Amino acid sequence: MEYLDFELPIKELEDQLDKCMVIGEESDVDVSETCKQIEKKLTETRKEIYKNLTAWQRVQLSRHPNRPYTLDYINAICGDTFLELHGDRNVRDDKAMIGGLGKIGDQSYMFVGQQKGYNTKTRQYRNFGMANPEGYRKALRLMKSAEKFGVPVVCLIDTPGAYPGIEAEERGQGEAIARNILEMTRLKVPIIVVIIGEGASGGALGIGVGDRVLMLENTWYSVISPESCSSILWRSWEYKEQAAEALKLTATDMKKLKLIDEIVREPAGGAHSQREKTFEIVKNKIISHFQELEKLSPKQLVHSRMEKYAAMGVFNG
Amino acid sequence: MDNMSSWFKRKEKGIQTSTEQKKDTPRGLWYKSPTGKIVESEELAKNFYVSPEDGYHVRIGSKEYFEILFDDNKFTELDAKLTSKDPLKFEDTKKYVDRLKAAQKKTGLKDAVRTGVGNSLGKSIVICCMDFNFIGGSMGSVVGEKIARGIDHAIKKKMPFLMISKSGGARMMEAALSLMQLAKTSAKLAQLAEAGLPYISLCTDPTTGGTTASYAMLGDINISEPGALIGFAGPRIVKDFTGKDLPEGFQTAEFVKEQGFLDFIVHRGELKKKINLYIDLIQNNPIRS
Repeated sequence: MEYLDFELPIKELEDQLDKCMVIGEESDVDVSETCKQIEKKLTETRKEIYKNLTAWQRVQLSRHPNRPYTLDYINAICGDTFLELHGDRNVRDDKAMIGGLGKIGDQSYMFVGQQKGYNTKTRQYRNFGMANPEGYRKALRLMKSAEKFGVPVVCLIDTPGAYPGIEAEERGQGEAIARNILEMTRLKVPIIVVIIGEGASGGALGIGVGDRVLMLENTWYSVISPESCSSILWRSWEYKEQAAEALKLTATDMKKLKLIDEIVREPAGGAHSQREKTFEIVKNKIISHFQELEKLSPKQLVHSRMEKYAAMGVFNG
Repeated sequence: MDNMSSWFKRKEKGIQTSTEQKKDTPRGLWYKSPTGKIVESEELAKNFYVSPEDGYHVRIGSKEYFEILFDDNKFTELDAKLTSKDPLKFEDTKKYVDRLKAAQKKTGLKDAVRTGVGNSLGKSIVICCMDFNFIGGSMGSVVGEKIARGIDHAIKKKMPFLMISKSGGARMMEAALSLMQLAKTSAKLAQLAEAGLPYISLCTDPTTGGTTASYAMLGDINISEPGALIGFAGPRIVKDFTGKDLPEGFQTAEFVKEQGFLDFIVHRGELKKKINLYIDLIQNNPIRS
């Protein structure tokens, strides 16, 4: 397990607890009371730290190296019913964008989502979760296929942005994202979007238009990453904490601004500390939202989705 | 001693077997894969015609695919009696009518595709499967018509449709009549899509020419077997025309998947399971196993 700076008090207590238990096992000293106390303190400390997280700390948590990624969720939720599908039918199979069919209970879903790697090699293979135009086109192909057969769509978002490369521009990164956004507004099946990590700008929204948009507690979603915002507006990378505050990119802020529908609470200590529990929470959220959405006709579904997006924006007059 | 060494002396030179008597694999007692692995025919058949040691997928025909995919090899064949005409009175080194007769005699088939309807994992499906042995699996009027009727049957009975391509392309002996089978089969697939029925395209070794420019690439999912050759213009043509060396693995199934045209590559032993898994998922039915 890796620890972020502000998580170090937790690590310290966890180490103490480990030591305490070892002593208990190896000697006759009764340490149960001491262990209990450390455990209690650990729970309190964890609660305290996670209750008062700053925006920047949440950004750090969203990028935590142990945080579960898209395929972790899908494999945990669908088990061996998951059938991954590949390719955009045009130029490539984008490894930064994955998709496929899977079951939750008796219900089939089409999953799409950005995929990050868990070590140097796989991070490169997944292009750090930054999709190229072919990734967005693959996602759209799968969503259209789901629509054809009346299968609901689940989008899991975790991206530092769409890939800013020469070839990506040549192949029309902007067009690919734009096309997805438009088609998703009128897709005739339910779309449930869950931000599970980073939600950076158009790269996230390219698979992010939905009937329900949920954000896990320790994720961020905005028009730009705090670092890039800092470098553009403050002309220095040093102001990322301030930028994170200013952008109002946390789930709480996004809910207040009515840009997302729900905040999904993570287990104490964050999604990475109790992965299985997190998978279970997300699975149940997908099920309960689908149960509401399946009652709507395709026409009602598209109508209310369009109304929702039409209502976004703040202005005078 | 003189006598014994003469045992090893070749008395007749070269290969003596005439072309007609040449055995097509996998009909011999033994099969040798391209990497030199040897396997007994019966064992090969039990292993889905995949060489067990190196995973080489031997080219097989409709008979074997039906055997693999239909439960207990039970199926009804549709349009079994459809045969080609020779409207253009075509003649190259051989008359087309003679070529047809020879192919029918050699293969025991009527043309390059067969349609079977039956159960796979207990649920009915229409499968059109091409035979490469019949004039290189070339697509003429009969192939087009049988595929069209297979799709019609799927629409009428609301069944999923599986196309197994294995073809060198359009049948030159039927010229533009053959070309228009691309449009005819594609139009039928559009009707199948309208009816909301799943279409699975399995591209097997080789799937080239006109088939890739029509039904082979139009599946709700396109899938393939390891190492299959898939492409529009064959590797030799591309090489001759461009004068360039081809990249390694050019037009293999793995290459084609990387370029974004295949949903997945499946070992033949898993074929039946994976195809039915897809059908259950996309039709939102309980998963059969």
